[in-house]
Amino acid sequence: MLSVRIVPCLDVRDGRVVKGVRFRDHVDMGDIVELAGRYRDQGADELVFYDIGASPDGRAVDVGWVERVASEIDIPFCVAGGIRSVEVARAVLLAGADKVSINTPALERPALIAEIAEAYGSQCVVVGIDSVRDADGVWRVRSHTGDPTRTKAPGKTTLDWVREAQSLGAGEFVLNCMDSDGVRKGYDIEQLKAVRAICNVPLVASGGAGTVQHFIDAFREADVDAALAASVFHSGAIAIPELKRALREAGIEVRL
Amino acid sequence: MSLRPHGGDLALIDAGGANLGSVMYALRRIGAAPRLVRDADELGDPERIILPGVGAAAPSMALLTSRGLDVALRASEAPLLGVCVGMQLLFEGSDEGDVACLGLLPGRVRRLRGGPGLRVPHMGWNRLELQRETSDDAATLLDGIDEGAHAYFVHSFGVPVDETDGAAVLAATTHGERIVAMVGRGRRYGAQFHPERSSATGLRVLDNFMKLPA
Repeated sequence: MLSVRIVPCLDVRDGRVVKGVRFRDHVDMGDIVELAGRYRDQGADELVFYDIGASPDGRAVDVGWVERVASEIDIPFCVAGGIRSVEVARAVLLAGADKVSINTPALERPALIAEIAEAYGSQCVVVGIDSVRDADGVWRVRSHTGDPTRTKAPGKTTLDWVREAQSLGAGEFVLNCMDSDGVRKGYDIEQLKAVRAICNVPLVASGGAGTVQHFIDAFREADVDAALAASVFHSGAIAIPELKRALREAGIEVRL
Repeated sequence: MSLRPHGGDLALIDAGGANLGSVMYALRRIGAAPRLVRDADELGDPERIILPGVGAAAPSMALLTSRGLDVALRASEAPLLGVCVGMQLLFEGSDEGDVACLGLLPGRVRRLRGGPGLRVPHMGWNRLELQRETSDDAATLLDGIDEGAHAYFVHSFGVPVDETDGAAVLAATTHGERIVAMVGRGRRYGAQFHPERSSATGLRVLDNFMKLPA
């Protein structure tokens, strides 16, 4: 039986791991390979590296650190941020990343999803979605979220975007619920359930993890395949070995 | 696990897959020195061959054929390990692009059925169900691998256990249906999962392959 996945997300800026709250005030967390190795040893099932500087700055990902991670780390990892073309996706995948995650560039040009899927298979195309509940109660996507001063609301509803991206060949979704991100009040179960209902490929919950129970809730109630978190792991508030033991005790299949 | 250096000529086939670099790094981690091979002329007479692959079966097979590697791989008697799509290419054919493959192992690659709660791609860590005793030669690949060990899978097509010669199946995994996780017959081996991304279990499989008699 397939295990659920616990996925620490490492925000990368200028080749270092950083973390901010609600996408602001970035603090240096340490060297990429060192932190990746620590999470691997703790039992992380997969890692996401999000180059938070790449997309708003108009830069592509520097593949040097991707190669460094790939040569040292023996669990799968995904690179997000600044992947705007098949050429950049190819460079990142050939440098050793297992998947690429595209967000703003996919909203700007949805055909990019199909192009990468055709070249390297759906399994390596992750579509990241930053989603906000608007005043009218409808979930809609945001783009350019790497820099809060440049964040845009292109007007697409989150559910329409999931359907469209899936039909273009997205192999996985990371749904980042921005209203709950960084505040540790729990994943947005209602929104995750709504997306789960229309999503046939793996779905990763993101935004809001604060306690072990929040992970249990996301897997049990929203039936997500993986849960992503950053600050609770970086700060040590939740240790991955204890989290996974608690998941197993709750009857959820995990890799120990 | 012993990480003694592995000498000998190891050919790593470039079949256009995106995991080529990851497989190379993993081999270096266990002390092997893979030599990249792009076409039949470069193959020579290696002691061992690894055929990685990520992507679709049809373009990978077309690439091998255009470089003469289909003929060369069929003719080679060196131990051969296919990884992911590389394993699928060892079988007779694939429904992915309806393509004839190398035909080194009996069976056909099918689209994973999926179903309620069974996402496709089959993506993540799943358990290995060992099918063989480690006493026979082919099962050397399973040395030190525990029943139920986790390995990392990412694929939408696979070989259902009942679509191949059961005697060749070294390990299966279950994603609704039972699919081949590891296969071995004669000197032809394969892993549907990614040993290069399956932590200690994966490195052990690669190490076991390097210890097979050349």
